[in-house]
Amino acid sequence: MAFEQVKFYQTGTFTVGNRLLEPELRSVQADTTRTNSLNSGHRACQGCGEALGARYAIDAAMEATDNQLIAVNATGCLEVFSTPYPETSWQIPWIHSLFGNAAAVATGVAAAMRAKGRETTRVVAQGGDGGTTDIGFGCLSGMFERNDDVLYICYDNGGYMNTGVQRSSATPPAARTATTPAMGPEPGNVFGQGKNLPEIAMAHGIPYVATATVADLRDLEAKVRRAMQIRGARYMHILVPCPLGWGHASADTIRIARLAKETGTFPVFEAECGEVTSRLPIRKRLPVEDYLKPQKRFAHLFGPEPATATLARLQALADRNIRKYALLEET
Amino acid sequence: MDKPFAITLDVGSSLANHTGSWRTQRPVYLDRIPPCNSTCPAGENIQGWLYHAESGDYEAAWRVLVEDNPLPAIMGRVCYHPCEGACNRAQVDEAVGINSVERFLGDEALKQGWKLTPPAAESGKRVLIVGAGPSGLSAAYHLRRLGHQVRIVEAGPYAGGMMRFGIPAYRLPRAVLDAEVQRILDLGVQLELNTKVSDIRRTMQEGGYDAAFLAVGAHIAKRAYIPAGAAAHMVDAVSLLRSMEGEEKPMLGRRVVIYGGGNTAIDAARTAKRLGASEAIIVYRRTREKMPAHDFEVAEAMEEGIMIKWLSTIKRMGEGTITVEKMALDDKGFPQPTGEYESLEADSLVLALGQDVDLSLLDGVPGLEKKDGVVQVATNMMTGYPGIFAGGDMVPSERTVTVAVGHGKKAARNIDAWLGGKQYAPAPKHEAATFDLINQWYYADAPKTVRPQLDLVRRQTTFEEVVAGLDVTNALFEARRCLSCGNCFECDNCYGVCPDNAVIKLGRGNRFKFNYDYCKGCGICVSECPCGAIKMVPEPS
Repeated sequence: MAFEQVKFYQTGTFTVGNRLLEPELRSVQADTTRTNSLNSGHRACQGCGEALGARYAIDAAMEATDNQLIAVNATGCLEVFSTPYPETSWQIPWIHSLFGNAAAVATGVAAAMRAKGRETTRVVAQGGDGGTTDIGFGCLSGMFERNDDVLYICYDNGGYMNTGVQRSSATPPAARTATTPAMGPEPGNVFGQGKNLPEIAMAHGIPYVATATVADLRDLEAKVRRAMQIRGARYMHILVPCPLGWGHASADTIRIARLAKETGTFPVFEAECGEVTSRLPIRKRLPVEDYLKPQKRFAHLFGPEPATATLARLQALADRNIRKYALLEET
Repeated sequence: MDKPFAITLDVGSSLANHTGSWRTQRPVYLDRIPPCNSTCPAGENIQGWLYHAESGDYEAAWRVLVEDNPLPAIMGRVCYHPCEGACNRAQVDEAVGINSVERFLGDEALKQGWKLTPPAAESGKRVLIVGAGPSGLSAAYHLRRLGHQVRIVEAGPYAGGMMRFGIPAYRLPRAVLDAEVQRILDLGVQLELNTKVSDIRRTMQEGGYDAAFLAVGAHIAKRAYIPAGAAAHMVDAVSLLRSMEGEEKPMLGRRVVIYGGGNTAIDAARTAKRLGASEAIIVYRRTREKMPAHDFEVAEAMEEGIMIKWLSTIKRMGEGTITVEKMALDDKGFPQPTGEYESLEADSLVLALGQDVDLSLLDGVPGLEKKDGVVQVATNMMTGYPGIFAGGDMVPSERTVTVAVGHGKKAARNIDAWLGGKQYAPAPKHEAATFDLINQWYYADAPKTVRPQLDLVRRQTTFEEVVAGLDVTNALFEARRCLSCGNCFECDNCYGVCPDNAVIKLGRGNRFKFNYDYCKGCGICVSECPCGAIKMVPEPS
């Protein structure tokens, strides 16, 4: 595991802070001096997982780089809700250009910093799954291939949410979106399509790839810290539930992310130079139904006649993740 | 206008956008009452003192504890800990060992010589307490701390009541009892031993007391008519346990039969075993499920080789033998005689059939109501005679040390109010911190620390304490298992999980507050609070 597991029987290190822990062992988010890079007043929906994930990640990156950080943002929810002209929620240097070119712009910013001799100023590019897996994929792959010194963070909420919940190549099978309606013989998004971007990034052989969720803050912060210790192209894929698009209660954002991990639906691991080096084990294995049922985008699977065959296929995908990433083994 | 091309507005912060206006519900912090606190007969703030024990600040923990109960080292040994039965953690793995942490704190206080806080000011009122048992001592402590002059008058030769004359030394070492009593006396409580109050009104008048609290206990053993030969040796359990405190240890012989099924019967049987009996047999007319004795005490007794004859009554006692009739349960579950008899060899018979109260000191007091051999009291613990309050075993209650301590506290608060011409109004109860409010994800599993037990052989032959205490490391471990149900323990979760930075951290010991300018009311903080210390309420219109 990427971070020190401190054994506290009262609360483990699962909580954000813990008054019984030494201050240096507490999370960045527990600290009143955290950057709050994405400040209050942003227009994300109630319970937005992406707003939470972005603050977690960028605050951790700010801490890891001694506040020497520039963020490049792709178009998407994160950009739209944080910067309606002329307001901004960002309390860091931040630039937005287009939907598809965040990785290329970040490469340019990194090159500019190098040209100016400001090697200690680091660059993060960030975007949603649409700007990453679909529209910005070419630029991203190029950034990986050239091993440019950028950490690219994808906040994966499985669709184009602010434009009305359309399907992306990160939408999970069977999920209902505006463009994959729950009707016909195989309702929802089709099986066997889409992209697994963490694995594609690993196939580029870049120095560092990691996945995380908003439910495991300490794991997420440790991975950002690790990523900032490395030079070259790095990729982080953070699962951020979307109450609007997924159709779950706004209060359940973290719980849903936790269920994605505990069911094996979303494997949480890190890899260096194409090889998996650690995984966050499942604490208590749960069936995929526990993850799917609270989400309206999967409601069609649980009607009077449950779609048992579809559920079995989704369970098989989770089982494969568990096997492939050894998610049940203690590390 | 020196703005760049196509720029017409200055950069502004999103702080101008008060997203709090979206809200239909708002989160609020609250303290809920955890099940341990709400179950404790002595009204202890258990979660409150565990909070300090968790950080290793044992003195602060002890000080919170003695706000309600001045006898923690005794409680940690003799309390039947209903708190642990109610503990939410039992549904995660095992209940927190509250009782063992309490004992650790009590012992630590005695070791370190921590003193109780003396009263801030004197009230000038005088209160008489009759009986130096747990109820009387508790009342004396609380009344003294409220500034009243307190005098305890005790009929027996020592303070402690049933804690001394009813509870065997292997469960409560006398040094512990003496030390905790002395600490109360050190507050300036007067104690007069070997003095029986025979007329309460006269004693109050002569002493110039403004109020009295009666806690004389239940010391008279109930008898049953058992035909017995002249040579038969019969004794009651109360006298037996009481005589253990004297110089001459009682002689019971090798084979001892105990009649009854309460905790006193178990204490008597275990005492007989320790006095050298090779056989100690409890005869009880019903079944184990119906036995009033606590299960763990029955189990410990059986481990020590005590035998129990269920569904049996004693018909008569001859020289060296007892005749027992077998019983059978009827349809309603009541035992009925069967006419089948058998003989048990026995050198002596101990009767443990319950106890009555000596109410003679109340003779002639008008307005009193006595029912089933005990005094009736109102909810404020006052008898029908103004200014005379009563508690402990002499009023209708479950007869345990902890209940008695609770009565003492409650009576003290009401006496204080009555002396000031007021009515004591307890603070309104907080809502309950039930298990469904706990977010289990945040608690790691850990087994309850098992208190090391002296080995069986040693505890059968000596009066050494049966259950040993926790030490510093495992007491801390045990305290940290507390879930802190319904009460913020500053884990920073709400501060971390808010997508809108709408939680303000106020610093250690000051908890958090919401910034309602930006809180959108998503409720993540409520879901992710480990202990249920936040709730959603409708937005005020």
